Amino acid sequence: MEVNDIIKPENLVYHKPALLKDCTMHYCPGCSHSTVHKIVCEVIEEMGATEYAIGVAPVGCAVFAYNYIDVDMSEAAHGRAPAVATAIKRLQPDKLVFTYQGDGDLAAIGTCETIHAANRGENITIIFINNAIYGMTGGQMAPTTLLGQKTATTPYGRRVDLNGYPLAISNLLAQLDGTCFVTRQSVHSPAAVRKAKAAIRKAFENSMARKGTSVVEIIGTCNSGWKLSPVDANNWMEEHMFEKYPIGDLKNV
Amino acid sequence: MKQEIIIAGFGGQGVLSMGKILAYAGLMEDLEVTWMPSYGPEQRGGTANVTVILSDKRISSPIIDSFTTAVVLNQQSLDKFESKVKPGGVLIYDSYGIHREPTRTDITIYRVNAMEATFNLKSSKTFNMLVLGALLKACPMVKIESVLQGLKKALPERLHHLLPANEEALHLGESLIK
Amino acid sequence: MKGNEALAISAIRYGCDGYFGYPITPQSEVLETLEAEMPWETTGMVVLQAESELASINMVFGGAACGKAVFTSSSSPGLSLMQEGISYLAAAELPALVVNVMRGGPGLGTIHPSQSDYFQATKGGGHGDYHCIVLAPSSVQEMADFVWLGWDLAFKYRTPAMILSDGVIGQMMEKVVLPDQRPRRTEEEIRQQCPWALNGRKGLRKQNIVRSLELDSAKMELNNIRFQETYRTIEANEVRIEMIDTDDCDFLLVAFGSMARVCEKVKELATDDGYKVGLARPITLWPFPYEQIGAVAKHCKGIMVAELNAGQMIEDVRLAAKSTECPIVHYGRMGGIVPNPEEVYEALKAQIINK
Repeated sequence: MEVNDIIKPENLVYHKPALLKDCTMHYCPGCSHSTVHKIVCEVIEEMGATEYAIGVAPVGCAVFAYNYIDVDMSEAAHGRAPAVATAIKRLQPDKLVFTYQGDGDLAAIGTCETIHAANRGENITIIFINNAIYGMTGGQMAPTTLLGQKTATTPYGRRVDLNGYPLAISNLLAQLDGTCFVTRQSVHSPAAVRKAKAAIRKAFENSMARKGTSVVEIIGTCNSGWKLSPVDANNWMEEHMFEKYPIGDLKNV
Repeated sequence: MKQEIIIAGFGGQGVLSMGKILAYAGLMEDLEVTWMPSYGPEQRGGTANVTVILSDKRISSPIIDSFTTAVVLNQQSLDKFESKVKPGGVLIYDSYGIHREPTRTDITIYRVNAMEATFNLKSSKTFNMLVLGALLKACPMVKIESVLQGLKKALPERLHHLLPANEEALHLGESLIK
Repeated sequence: MKGNEALAISAIRYGCDGYFGYPITPQSEVLETLEAEMPWETTGMVVLQAESELASINMVFGGAACGKAVFTSSSSPGLSLMQEGISYLAAAELPALVVNVMRGGPGLGTIHPSQSDYFQATKGGGHGDYHCIVLAPSSVQEMADFVWLGWDLAFKYRTPAMILSDGVIGQMMEKVVLPDQRPRRTEEEIRQQCPWALNGRKGLRKQNIVRSLELDSAKMELNNIRFQETYRTIEANEVRIEMIDTDDCDFLLVAFGSMARVCEKVKELATDDGYKVGLARPITLWPFPYEQIGAVAKHCKGIMVAELNAGQMIEDVRLAAKSTECPIVHYGRMGGIVPNPEEVYEALKAQIINK
């Protein structure tokens, strides 16, 4: 079979979503962000939402999300994405509005904006990447860092007496009357990716149906920050992260 | 024509709204007006005061320290503002609870028993209208009709049934000035 | 009508798309008036009480990114919280309106009138090299008028504009003539007038990105140069000042906002005594009217700058008069004290007229 036969549409079994731009990502090999970007693009395409989707990028590794996801996007100051998205959605109720945030952005500096946007039931989707570490600034402790986990600012492991407990913020958000769908997913296996994608689709549909705030937490790896190979990082995640942050729906109304 | 009025008393006596209605009445007569309150927590029971300026020319400072007319409704306000009335000006005070009477001789002083008169009214809430009536009798700076017009404009429609009680209080106030 | 109320109603009439704010004395009437007016029932304007000033200004950022006419209002401590967002608005070249009804600081300070945020407003305020266009109303009428002017300038130059008012102007009632209601812009109009706005890739147009991050220093410097070029254009075209009897005055008062009103009375008192006193009232505090004040400094015998602070605008007045020998003194009250005209007049006589 020639190359030209292989690339015929009828032989096509997989293709990159058109919304995922043709450029080299700055993410480390093995990072979960690229996979989540891809499924976000796929869902927008499949929903036919390219012409009305607006995303808000965080401060953190995903600050350049707009370089990869080819829809209208805004940066937000650190932690403020839910406030920015609140205004975008309220002023343009017919758009699909989502934020894409990491654990430092959403669960530390932006806790206030996150909780209040969710409590108001803003019709937005919050995609929350939890890899238990600050990737962009060089591997410091995040609010979601596990007890005993070593980071640049907890070089001997996170200690309760010094740093308090890991924050399962999605459980907290699930308690709020304003949220309609809170789920925790991962993207470390094809099956997990399919489930995560279905969750994002559901969340986006909720946003368009004005059912309230949807939160899709994705437990991800940061093999650079964790100082593990990509495969070992996946294993470490399954062994340790899933215990504190179990996969599954926390709320679905 | 330029009137510089200070109205001062306890928070809750309707000092600020009395000033507001006076300002509205000025507007009805196409005058320039400013209404500058003391604001903040003191509105809730401490002393409150408001400066109202009515003029047929552009008004410069809304904040002034000497007045053509002072309306004072408690002892602290009397102590504070007696000295700030311009020579030849007017001081009106409510006698209720006053233990130190004003002493100036270069201004016209009216002592009114507004608080006592209020006891004869249906609603004590019209106390400030009674005082306003007295003020306008002593210094006819705007017409009573303009006050009523202003009141009508300032009050939401659902409160318009209160207009007659206010008018009654205004006239009773006028009768207190002898 | 109170200054704060006039401002709120004027905003609705402009065809404002959204307001996001948090209560703080002495400006809470802005949010209260908007909530009572329920413009979402009439013009479709969004009004939202946010969880903090930080959230408010970032909601403004989100709205501005959509090309919408949005604003927030607060008082001094709230403005300190908003500086992050204002810096981001300037960096992302977004038009927005921010209102500061100043009270005395620093810290929680007082709730009474002050002008002590002059430096913060005119010299940037947040991090980075930027300016907001700063308008200083001195009457209730101007509280209403400058809402329109502020947005017009903000959209014209794609930069945040600020109304720098204070407790006197916000709480005072005066006669005011309000503009007629204008319709809000449609999405089509926004697409035409603000092609950079985030409203979805309709017709599969190219992606729009609103951003301020630029890790490539060479590119970031070019961004900075572009901002500075805009600021030079604004300085060349948008200076506004009211000059009262300054052509042949012997002495000059310089004041803005509520203090300009007090100084207008001082001028009256001085005129009654036979002195030739002029009043220069900067309306744009940035860009500052250096030229106009400098011209008066050339021929007058002394300048008094009167402010409700320890001496902030006086630095710009000194710059304006730097090529002259004209003596410049300051009269200031702080902490929420507003002086009466007599006090200021006494100071003017002691420090300038009889010097």
